[in-house]
Amino acid sequence: MKPFRYERADDVASAVATVTDDPRAAFLAGGTNLVDLMKMEVATPGVLVDVRHLVSHDIEDLPDGGLRIGAGVSNSMVAADRRIRRLYPMLSQAILAGASYQLRNLATAGGNFLQRTRCVYYRDIATPCNKREPGSGCSARGGHERDLAILGASEACAATHPSDMAVAMAAVDAVVHTQGPAGERTIPVNELLRLPGDEPWRDNVLERGELITAVDLPPLAVAANSRYRKVRDRASYAFALVSVAAAVEVADGLVRDVRLALGGVAHKPWRAFTAEQALLGAPATEENFHAAAEAELAGARPLPGNAFKVPLAANTIVSMLRALTEEAR
Amino acid sequence: MTVTSAGPSAVGAALDRKDGPLKVRGAATYAGEWPVDNPAYLYPLQATIAAGRITGVDASAALDLPGVLGVITHVNAPKLAWATDPEVAVLQSDEVAWRGQIVGAVVAETLETARHAAGLVRLAYEQRPHDTELRADRHDLHRPQHAALFGAAPGDLQDGSPADSALGDVDAGLAEAAFTLDATYTTPMNHHNPMEPHTGIAVWTDDEITLYCSSQGVHLHRSLLAGAFGVDAARIRAISPHVGGGFGSKVYPVVWGTLALMGAQLVPGRPVKFALTRQQMFALVGYRPATIQRVRLGADSDGRLTAIAHDVIQQTARAKEYAEQTVGATRAMYAAPNRSTTTRVAALDVPVPTIMRGPGEATGMFALESAMDEMASAAGLDPIEFRIRNEPAVHPEHGLPFSTRNLVACLREGARRFGWEGRDPAPLSRRENDWLVGTGVASSIYPSPRLPGNSASIHADADGRYTVRIGAADIGTGTWTALTQIAAEALGVGVEDVNLEIGDTSLPVASSAGFSSGINCWGSTIYAAADELRKLLDSEHGGMVPAEGIEASADMPDNPYMEQFAMYSFGAQFAEVRVHEDTGEIRVPRLLGVFDAGRIINPKTARSQLIGGMTQGLSMALHEASVIDPRFGHVVNNDLGGYHFASNADVGSVEVHYLEERDPYTNPMGSKGIGEVCIVGTAAAIANAVHHATGVRVRDLPITLDKLIV
Repeated sequence: MKPFRYERADDVASAVATVTDDPRAAFLAGGTNLVDLMKMEVATPGVLVDVRHLVSHDIEDLPDGGLRIGAGVSNSMVAADRRIRRLYPMLSQAILAGASYQLRNLATAGGNFLQRTRCVYYRDIATPCNKREPGSGCSARGGHERDLAILGASEACAATHPSDMAVAMAAVDAVVHTQGPAGERTIPVNELLRLPGDEPWRDNVLERGELITAVDLPPLAVAANSRYRKVRDRASYAFALVSVAAAVEVADGLVRDVRLALGGVAHKPWRAFTAEQALLGAPATEENFHAAAEAELAGARPLPGNAFKVPLAANTIVSMLRALTEEAR
Repeated sequence: MTVTSAGPSAVGAALDRKDGPLKVRGAATYAGEWPVDNPAYLYPLQATIAAGRITGVDASAALDLPGVLGVITHVNAPKLAWATDPEVAVLQSDEVAWRGQIVGAVVAETLETARHAAGLVRLAYEQRPHDTELRADRHDLHRPQHAALFGAAPGDLQDGSPADSALGDVDAGLAEAAFTLDATYTTPMNHHNPMEPHTGIAVWTDDEITLYCSSQGVHLHRSLLAGAFGVDAARIRAISPHVGGGFGSKVYPVVWGTLALMGAQLVPGRPVKFALTRQQMFALVGYRPATIQRVRLGADSDGRLTAIAHDVIQQTARAKEYAEQTVGATRAMYAAPNRSTTTRVAALDVPVPTIMRGPGEATGMFALESAMDEMASAAGLDPIEFRIRNEPAVHPEHGLPFSTRNLVACLREGARRFGWEGRDPAPLSRRENDWLVGTGVASSIYPSPRLPGNSASIHADADGRYTVRIGAADIGTGTWTALTQIAAEALGVGVEDVNLEIGDTSLPVASSAGFSSGINCWGSTIYAAADELRKLLDSEHGGMVPAEGIEASADMPDNPYMEQFAMYSFGAQFAEVRVHEDTGEIRVPRLLGVFDAGRIINPKTARSQLIGGMTQGLSMALHEASVIDPRFGHVVNNDLGGYHFASNADVGSVEVHYLEERDPYTNPMGSKGIGEVCIVGTAAAIANAVHHATGVRVRDLPITLDKLIV
């Protein structure tokens, strides 16, 4: 662990300015991921700018019926919120499927999006990793592949994004608010996190010094009939091999609306737009669920060590759709 | 106050742990918690190559850092008197034998400074090609010649037994069989992860050398360290009253202690604190070696075994040959006229393996008891009936009678309690919602050996208090409580009159907590000391404790029955398993074990130990696997996020029952070992239940969902 300076910023603007101007500076909120990485010298910021007290810790109703989650709200509070449990049950379930009570109490809604991959090579400074050390090579391909991506990976990186919360956020088309050196802007979650391409060190599209200040959940009727299913190597305290956030609305036997997003399979939460398109308006049948899942996974490029994720993802999608549509009947 | 012969017994009472209140309050002092003045901190450097040598050391940046007290590498480390054992010696040459080996250390004013400085030390290497892959087709497999007790006694395998054994003609036995099985099972590396990492606080003075440590046996650790540093053992005091789990990793490997003492030599008189991080443990405290096991069985049309062959290939380290008795249980379990076992090892550029709960038996019985289940199916017999038909009258290899052997009773009692009767043996016969449900059974076995080197003293006060001293260890097992109960029984007094002292080399010598031998050794020794005390009182004091008090001591007496009987604990384990039809997820809602472990000293602590072992067996069955990346040569999933063991949510009902029968031959208490028999067989019971649920026979641990999803 390298020595660092701790600063408590007075307002968002000065925090943004500090991190914008100093390439060695980083924001600190819950610290549940960053501090670990610092101990291992995977992350070596020289300055930590504490922002947790600067961003909202509240969940507010929005005039359109949606909700605004302050970036400083703990993961625990998001999961426990009555409105979220009623209107977006998959989001509450996703958060509760991740980490532990202690971590969820400390981790923030904003920070959760920005946690780094759990790829074992990223976390070991004695092995090459393009994400940690651009251009050094990818150790994961041909190595421990179990947790790697099957969708959207590049030669440079096959890491997965570890968040559960972000998968549900992607499914509901959540939008983050940021404040950065160029002012404020909003970014849909599905655009916030990115695929690795040739720049795997960039997990997201945020500019240096740009801070997430809130997350908006749009009003979404279908989300009330939703569920998050996390398939992993043990019943608790493990990252997803495959997870599915799903919401379905069926009327007269036809799929009226549907949202599907996958975790554990890509460098970002994988919104299953192809499957959603295939299902919209189609009869809610087991065959159609299978066909939609297969269409989504047609582009999967698994590695020898994670090929099982393709049938696992397909089965889990079908299983979820079946359960949700059976309940709706 | 008179001392009578062994009277109404404290043994058998379900006493609460004596150390429970201390632990609940956080007041039990673990190794890293001893209050010491002005400690310095040590942080180690680990090799980043798997084979080669160090060609250069640049510690200048680290030494320039304020607060750094010193950097130790092979260049400047003290030369040890005994430098050949890589589980004891560190920094004695430029050679690197595995990735993660200790290649240096920083001692500093704070832990943070030491850790930062460690990252500033630059080492240059000359790398040699390394080889870390265990495969059955390797050409360099060889018969192990590891000596028992980590090199202290003769024998091929670490328990002193031969690598191979043979009786009759296996080929003929297979040829005449009505049913045969030839299957290969594999088990991965499993790493030691006790909750408390290996920790030492060392103080080196011209006079005494003190090591507060986390130890399964302070006297063994002391003798290893005294030998390494070439000092009189009496100068070293090792103190370890409470241990946060050991499982075998705190018996022998002691590089952490060596390094702590080297740090202490650097700052004489000043305490030096050193605790391994979780990641460092994956290279430095040992592991259960991976195995590839071929089992061949033949049975006649009545389901009687005609042949048993068990051929094992194990991983070991090029740096030191460790080999365990993976074939040991197979030699003792079932009757068959034709039988053979073999053990071969592959020496790899990996850390040194060590004993882990049921070393050998746990992996070997996964193979044998899976194979027995497969054979029962092939022969159309219930797996319990098949085992009962092959129950031997005497030890099947050497012919000694068993001191007690109640395996059949365990199987029957377990079947009754579990609700085995009426089970449809066909796979895929039960489905509940989206879950396939299956049940399985396996036998358990573990020897009840003794380790040498035990002595105890008892001091009696005129006011009726007895102080019992022995350097035994409580690694969470309940030794504090159980030995108090044994002493009370041996003295014929109440437990409240006994003051026990353990976990300190200033006490009489004791063997380590391992091989399920602790209570057998320490309890027998305390019994002998009580006899001595009684004799002394009777012969010189008319049976009365004199006003000034009196003390007697004794060494562990020989047990002549050990030559006449085969001594083992037994058990039967039952598992109910659910496998999700869509995802292959595996859940174990129910485990039930019935054990024949002789007389139970304390049903409460025994239960805790047995359910712990079964839980660890569940973990071995479903979760634990260290992944070596052969390109780098180290375990890459080296933390508790990556190396999974069972979480609370993975463990359902774990039920434990004892067949309480006093063993007349093992020791004065009538007890047999319980620490390890409970992990032996669990994995097979679960694998057998998975097969019953799904029809898929998983022969490679751990049983993960990818092996069940199609």
